[in-house]
Amino acid sequence: MEDLMFILMDGINFAAWLFLAAVGLTLIYGVMKILNVAHGSFYAMGAYVAASTLGFWFDNNMPPFLSYVALLVAAFVAGFIVGPIIERVLLKPQYDRDEHLILLITYGLFLILEDVLKLIWGVDPYFVSQPYELVGSFELGDMIYPSYYLLMAGLALAVGLGLMLLLNRTHFGRMLVSVIHDREISSAMGINVGRMFAITFGLGVSLAALAGAFTAPTVSVTPGMGVEVIVLSFAVVVTGGLGSLPGVALAAVMMGIVRAICVFYAPELELFVIYSIMALVLTFRPRGLFSIAEARKI
Amino acid sequence: MKLRRALIASAVASAAVGMLPAQALADNHGGEVKIGIVTFLSGAAASPFGVPARNAAEMLIQAFNSGKAPAPYNTKGFGGMKITPVIIDEAGSGTNTVTEYRNLVQREKVDLVVGYVSSGNCLAVAPVADELKTVTYLFDCGTPRIFEESPKQFAFRSTNHAAADNVGAALYLKSIGLKAKSFSGINQNYAWGQDSWADFERSMKVYYPKAEVGTSQMPKLFAGQYSAEISALLRSKADVVHSSLWGGDLEAFILQAVPRGLFKRSTVVLTAGEPAMFRMADKIPDGTIIGARGPFGLAAPDTELNRWFRSQYSDRYNTPPTYPSYHMAHGIMAAKMAYERAMKANGGKKPTSEQLAAATRGMTFEGPGGSAKFALSGGQQAVGDYAYGQFKKVNGKPTITNIKRFTVDQIMPPDGVKTADWINSGFKAK
Repeated sequence: MEDLMFILMDGINFAAWLFLAAVGLTLIYGVMKILNVAHGSFYAMGAYVAASTLGFWFDNNMPPFLSYVALLVAAFVAGFIVGPIIERVLLKPQYDRDEHLILLITYGLFLILEDVLKLIWGVDPYFVSQPYELVGSFELGDMIYPSYYLLMAGLALAVGLGLMLLLNRTHFGRMLVSVIHDREISSAMGINVGRMFAITFGLGVSLAALAGAFTAPTVSVTPGMGVEVIVLSFAVVVTGGLGSLPGVALAAVMMGIVRAICVFYAPELELFVIYSIMALVLTFRPRGLFSIAEARKI
Repeated sequence: MKLRRALIASAVASAAVGMLPAQALADNHGGEVKIGIVTFLSGAAASPFGVPARNAAEMLIQAFNSGKAPAPYNTKGFGGMKITPVIIDEAGSGTNTVTEYRNLVQREKVDLVVGYVSSGNCLAVAPVADELKTVTYLFDCGTPRIFEESPKQFAFRSTNHAAADNVGAALYLKSIGLKAKSFSGINQNYAWGQDSWADFERSMKVYYPKAEVGTSQMPKLFAGQYSAEISALLRSKADVVHSSLWGGDLEAFILQAVPRGLFKRSTVVLTAGEPAMFRMADKIPDGTIIGARGPFGLAAPDTELNRWFRSQYSDRYNTPPTYPSYHMAHGIMAAKMAYERAMKANGGKKPTSEQLAAATRGMTFEGPGGSAKFALSGGQQAVGDYAYGQFKKVNGKPTITNIKRFTVDQIMPPDGVKTADWINSGFKAK
C-alpha cells in the first residue's frame, strides 16, 4: 500500500513534467500541422531565461514567493518575443511547401538555437534552486517529498484547464478550433489564419519555455538539456494523438505511472518503457489515443 | 647544348640542396613541438571536465615555455623546443572524433596528442594512433578496455583507469570501518555507469560478502529527473548508495536527493563527485564520500609541485583545479618527461614517434597528484596511488577530510589480468 502511494506520487510528478514539456508541441501541431523539432531548444531557452531571472531576483532581494510569478512572466515574455519572430521569418514563407521541408527547417532551427544558447549563456551550468527549496517538503509515509512536486502538478493542471477553457469558452479559442479543423474554410469565413498561426506558435513556444523555467530550479541548467525533451515530448504527443490536449494528458499520466512502477520493481526496464507504451498504443491505435477526426477531402 | 645541360643540372641540384634544410626545418617545425590537445569545449561535459582540462593545459604550456615550472619540469619547453598547442573540441560523434584526430595529425602535423575524456572516443582513437604512428596520451577516459582488448604501441594512458575509482570506493568504505548490510546504486545507463556499478558491486561482494544489493538504478544519460529513482533508493534503506553520476546529472541528483534525506539515510559515495564539490558546497552534506578519480584535488599529496600547480591555477582562473585539470597536468608532464628522455637517448635531436613511445614505456613521472609509472599493458598504461575522502565544510569552505590513500596494487589489476577477473578472484589473481 505504501509503495502504491510512492508510485503514484512519483508517477504524477513525472507525468506533470511530461505534460508541461509536451503540451506546447501538440498545440502547435494541432493548429499548424507542424512538428516542431526545435521544441526542445525552446524548453532549454526557458530554463536559461529562468536561471537569469532568478539570479537577478534573488541577488536583488526581491520577495521570494513572487519568484514563481517572475518565472511565469519571464517564460511567456521570452516565448511571445521569440515565437512570433521565428514563425514570421522562417515558417510563414514555407506554408505552401511540403511539410517535410518545414520539419527540416525546424531541425535546422534546433541546431542553430543550441549554439545561440551557448553564445548567450556560455557552457557553464547554472543552478537556481531557491524556488525549489522555498516551499519546503512534506511527508508521505516515511518518505519526504519536496512540496515543489505539488506545485508542478498544480501548474500542469492549471495549464491543461486553462488551455481547455481557452479553446472551448473564448472567442479566440473557437476561432482556433475552426482553424484546426479547416484553415481554408476558416479563412473564407474571415478568420485571419496567419495571425492565429503567429499567436499559436508564440503560445506553443511559451509553454515549452514555461516547462523549462519551472524545471530549472530542480536541475543544473546545462547545454544540451533540450535534446532529451524533444524525444520524450514526441513520444508523449504521438501516443496521445497529434494535436490532442486530452491525449497528451492521458499519455503523460500513463507513462509517468508505468515508469514509476518500473523504477521501483524493474529498473532495468525503465530506459525503454515509455517508448514501449508508445509502440503498443500505436499498434492498436495508429493515430494515437485521441486523434482528431479529419474529414476526407475530395 | 653541354652548357644548357650543365645549367639545368646545377639548377636541379641547387633546388634539391635548397630543399633539404627546409625539409629538415619542416620536420623540426623550426625547433617547435606541436601538441594536439583534445577535450570537451562544448556540451554537457565541457564545464565539469573539458574546460578545467583545457585551462590546465594552457597554464602549463605557458609555464613550460617560460621555464617557470618547478623541478623536474624546470627546463624550457620540451627539451628547449617551444610547445605550440593546437586545441580542439572533443564534442561530436565517434566518427567525427576520428576525423578530427586525423586532421590534427595529417593536416596540422602535430607531433603528439594529449586528449580525450570520453571512453568511447578513446576506444575510437587508440587504434588510429597506432595506424598513424602518433604518440597519444589519453588523459582522462576511464574504460579499462583500451589495452585489455588489444595491445597498443602509440596510445598511452597517463592515469589509472576507472576500475580504481570503484574498487577504491569499496576499499575506502572498508577502511573507515563502515558497516554495510546492503548497498544500492544510481549510475547513468551507458558504458561508464554500467562498468562503474559492475566493478563496485563485485568489489563490495569481496569486502562485504554478506551485503545485499538493495536496488541498482540506471537512468538515461542526461535524464535530469530523478524523483522516482530517489524514492526507490530511499525505499531500499541501503547503508551505502554508490553513484558515478557526473556533470549536470550529478548536480540535479544532489539538488533533488539532499532535501529528501537520502544523504542522511545512507552513506553516499560519489566516485566522480570532486568537480561538483566547490559549486555545490552549500548543498553537499558533511560525510559524503567524494572521489577525485585519483589522488587529486584536495586529496593530492602535499608536494612542491602540487602547491605550485594549485596556486598557479587558482590565481589564473579564480577557482581551484579539479581532477580533470590534474589529469591533463599528468598527461602533459608525462609528455614532457618522455620527450626529454627520448632526446637524451638520441643525442639531443627531436625524437621520432617511435623514440617517444619507447621513452614513455615503463617511465616513471611526477605530477601534482604524485608519481605514476607506465607499468601495465606493456608499459602503455600508467598507474599511481589513489585517495578517497569525505566532504566537510570548515569555516564555510569545502574540504576533504578522513583521507585514505591506497597503493596501486590495492586498486588496479596486475599486468595481463582483466579487471573483472581480478576482482572476482578476491584481488588475488596475478
